[in-house]
Amino acid sequence: MVIDARNMHFKDLNESIRRSPDASIEIQNCCGQRYIGCGLSGKELQIYGTPGNALGAYLSGANLFVHGNGQDAAGDTMDGGSIYVDGLLGDAAGYAMRGGSIYVHGNVGYRAGIHMKAYEEKSPLLVVGGEAGSFLGEYQAGGTIIVLGLHTEKGRLPVGNFCGMGMHGGSIYLRAETLPPDFSERLLSREASEEDRSHIQPAVQEFCRAFGEDFETVWNACFLVITPNSQNPYKQLYAAEQ
Amino acid sequence: MQREGEIRIPSGCAVSGIFSKAGTPISGDTIIRSISVMHDRSNGLGGGFAGYGIYPEYKKYYAFHIFYDNSVSKQECEKFLERHFDIINLSKIPTRKHPKIMDEPLIWRYFVTPLPHKLSDSQLDEREFVARCVIRVNTQINGAYIFSSGKNMGVFKAVGFPEDVGEFYRLDEYSGYCWTAHGRYPTNTPGWWGGAHPFALLDFSIVHNGEISSYDANRRWVEMFGYTCNLQTDTEVITYIFDYLIRKQGLTLQEAASVVAAPFWDTIRRMPEKEQERLTYLRDVFSSLLITGPFSILLGFEGGLMALNDRLKLRSMVVAEKGDTFYVASEESAIRIIEPEVDRLWAPRGGEPVIVRLSSGTSV
Amino acid sequence: MSIEYIYPEFEVIRHPERCIGCRICEQQCANGVHSFDPKSGKMLADESKCVNCHRCVALCPVRALKIVKSDHTFRPNSNWPDSIIRQVYRQAGTGGVLLSSMGNPEPYPIYWDKLLINASQVTNPSIDPLREPMETRTFLGRKTPVIRRDSEGRLLPQKSPRLELSTPILFSAMSYGSISYNAHASLAAAAKELGICYNTGEGGLHKDFYVYGPNTIVQVASGRFGVHKEYLNAGAAVEIKIGQGAKPGIGGHLPGAKIVEDVSRTRMIPEGSDAISPAPHHDIYSIEDLHQLVFSLKEATGYTKPIIVKVAAVHNIAAIASGIARSGADIIAIDGFRGGTGAAPTRIRDTIGIPIELALAAVDQRLREEGIRGDVSIIAGGSIRSSADMVKAIALGADAVYIGTAALLALGCHLCRSCHAGRCNWGIATQRPDLVKRLDPETGRQRLVNLVQAWTLEIKEIMGGMGINSIEALRGNRLMLRGVGLTSRELSILGVKHAGE
Repeated sequence: MVIDARNMHFKDLNESIRRSPDASIEIQNCCGQRYIGCGLSGKELQIYGTPGNALGAYLSGANLFVHGNGQDAAGDTMDGGSIYVDGLLGDAAGYAMRGGSIYVHGNVGYRAGIHMKAYEEKSPLLVVGGEAGSFLGEYQAGGTIIVLGLHTEKGRLPVGNFCGMGMHGGSIYLRAETLPPDFSERLLSREASEEDRSHIQPAVQEFCRAFGEDFETVWNACFLVITPNSQNPYKQLYAAEQ
Repeated sequence: MQREGEIRIPSGCAVSGIFSKAGTPISGDTIIRSISVMHDRSNGLGGGFAGYGIYPEYKKYYAFHIFYDNSVSKQECEKFLERHFDIINLSKIPTRKHPKIMDEPLIWRYFVTPLPHKLSDSQLDEREFVARCVIRVNTQINGAYIFSSGKNMGVFKAVGFPEDVGEFYRLDEYSGYCWTAHGRYPTNTPGWWGGAHPFALLDFSIVHNGEISSYDANRRWVEMFGYTCNLQTDTEVITYIFDYLIRKQGLTLQEAASVVAAPFWDTIRRMPEKEQERLTYLRDVFSSLLITGPFSILLGFEGGLMALNDRLKLRSMVVAEKGDTFYVASEESAIRIIEPEVDRLWAPRGGEPVIVRLSSGTSV
Repeated sequence: MSIEYIYPEFEVIRHPERCIGCRICEQQCANGVHSFDPKSGKMLADESKCVNCHRCVALCPVRALKIVKSDHTFRPNSNWPDSIIRQVYRQAGTGGVLLSSMGNPEPYPIYWDKLLINASQVTNPSIDPLREPMETRTFLGRKTPVIRRDSEGRLLPQKSPRLELSTPILFSAMSYGSISYNAHASLAAAAKELGICYNTGEGGLHKDFYVYGPNTIVQVASGRFGVHKEYLNAGAAVEIKIGQGAKPGIGGHLPGAKIVEDVSRTRMIPEGSDAISPAPHHDIYSIEDLHQLVFSLKEATGYTKPIIVKVAAVHNIAAIASGIARSGADIIAIDGFRGGTGAAPTRIRDTIGIPIELALAAVDQRLREEGIRGDVSIIAGGSIRSSADMVKAIALGADAVYIGTAALLALGCHLCRSCHAGRCNWGIATQRPDLVKRLDPETGRQRLVNLVQAWTLEIKEIMGGMGINSIEALRGNRLMLRGVGLTSRELSILGVKHAGE
């Protein structure tokens, strides 16, 4: 079915999505409606326009495709399914997501992948085609973040400041040759090995398939892998009073 | 119950702005449509707008918009105005009855210019003279509150949702080259209209989203320089900070942004030496004007608009361009609703100001 | 034989089954409390000499010792407590002025403990300080903006003398003489490692410590010991000491016995001669004279060093501070009445001056009312006991704090308050070589570094809770404080609201 969201309140829009018996729904003229696909499973949404904040929050298996830009807190506490954004995405994308994947064709804002975590067979994935703002993967506890920096000119980095602040699990892959100048001593980095590359290859292939990018061009580049320093230095900051 | 000014009320918010670099007049209706998309970011306890270039026929005069609690405060304030200013024109600000806008005060507008002998006796420059008169009325005359005092610009605000406030003030009947709008989400009722935003002094107006954590440090510092924070709102103190840095200290907008949203020391350390020295100087000498905590602000001024996020970018803000028109809002949807096809859209980094001005030679 | 009126205050309890007669306690006690009785083969204790410094307790290898307060008592009397009766006996026996050390121990209100700190909930975010940027760097000195530009309009930063600290803590003035060489070595090395400053006190600067110049504040007090051009230019700042919280209006007197060879050389006075600091500076009898001294020091240092004026918190402190701010000084250090000392008349220490909390609040407010708060930075001292006290001091308006007693505790001081005796068993407040060597400067340095680092982490935690990520946004931010159990007068002086408001 097709829903024209023009001047529609988010409650009405989300109710019609939930009620629709169709497995595939197209939303036209979306403009700022929040919580689209909230907790949704078993459906596919094609969204045209600008969906509002908390797109796909608690997403539980549904597949969302945004033909345009998304706003803040997309994929908040997402558990499964996928979100594709053929455009830009705002701040705090994938906050605390536990499973599923987010693919963003363009840039993401600050704090992307913040507190992303993994549990049992669940391991979340965030792929960013453009650049990421500051605090990428802040407090990351699990899962994989890939930043491709497809339009980043040579000599620039596809991430902002404070990359991986407080990271304590999972991994960040940067398609870059140098580390950020403020790279934290609480992180480790290495050039991606064959094993590392094979870990992310399906994700990069899927990104290229979804957004029509040439895989070979994207793939034939240096990737750096960032992981937490497992010495866990935070513990050393505390002293028991008694 | 205490009214705003007697207590400090934290607020969340939505902001939106539009600016024509070519000076093309934009109807007030446009900004209402923009801010209304973000209805859920406000709670009906405050909304407001600032328009620039809206009084071309009176552009040489300061336009005072004043709230009065009653006719006694009006009389007292008008006596004060007559003693200090030549009043060129005065009238009620036109409004239309709106079912959701209630408890309105008396709302008057005056176009004024300082009396020459008063101004020369004061030994102040004209803007400082006007600013002091405004602060004096707001501090000393009970029940009178000048909420707009710039030239060729005006603030319109009330307790209510912003789209209702815009209709109440008949903003569709105004047009200007720049508009900013604010929808407020205060934690408790402000009790009167003065607490709504924008906050303005002379031609500076601020709309702001977020609750800053440095408030009292900022307030107690800026109050050393002749300002009195009557409302205890973040917006009020931020306006005074910019007025102090730009008008009194002569900083550029960019420099003022480096004071209030200073880069981290770690970031400064990695800059070229000259830049390090400059930023270290600004951070040191204006250290009490660093603003911490979340904020996104739109600073309107004569001929320009600045958008700025806090240095951690704890509030959202998106900007866009289409031809000569610049757009900014807390959410992209508030831009798309008035311009679905922008040329360029991006999210500025934390602490990185975006400044737009009228193209040179533009007259408004 | 005369009657001994004073019964020992403490009892030395020795566990007979644990004591192995190793005689370490005897060797460790410079006061001569412990002795070995060859006849019985047992250790004895003369408790009249015990100051309860815990040296013997800490070093007993079998943990056979403890010191307890004697439960021997006078007839209980609320008006005449034991301590007062003892003091009367002491004075009746000697005819002397009572002398004591360290800070005022009397039960005056401690305002720090009646102030509570705010935290963010919902309306703005708290910050995780261990994982997000959190800044404590502090510049001390005049902050009066002068905006100059080059021909192309670029801002020209104006260089004014200032102190840069990685965290807003400084070690307060303790002279070489009142404390030992090893104590100074520990303080200096720790200050360097931490990126903060220590303070020479009024006893000059030992030649070995000139290397720590960028982390040194050199003090000029009324006795002008060891003051010369090289000394003035050796440090990062010069401090004029007008007074200290433990003894406002009182000079100093280091007995000739403590003016041993090295101290003599550093102070530039003959060995064995008393070092007397006059009560006032005899070139300052009025506030305009302070201006003269401030500028003489600026001249001597080529206007490159900030000048600190340290005063004790006395009744009229707000007006005094205002006068200092107008004297050309760059920094005011205010020392509250609980500040420590190496020796002070007891009555003076315990009854003169006012609490730092009230003094600081009054000074900060007054300088703001006069629009001159930017002319000076404020360092608050006089019993900052924890990072929480520090946060409260900064929220009241301090730029930084001085810590003295806390630093000595880090070095091993047990607050026995007997510094004036010169027999410090911990090697801190003594010049006896056998005692001094007990303090290892390397260990001392590490313990001071640990303390300041721990406090800094705690400050960051507290700031993070408030949603503040840089210390300057906390300075003077009194909305972040609430009082409990304070009168409206006290609240109004502190400039804070009561909890619940």
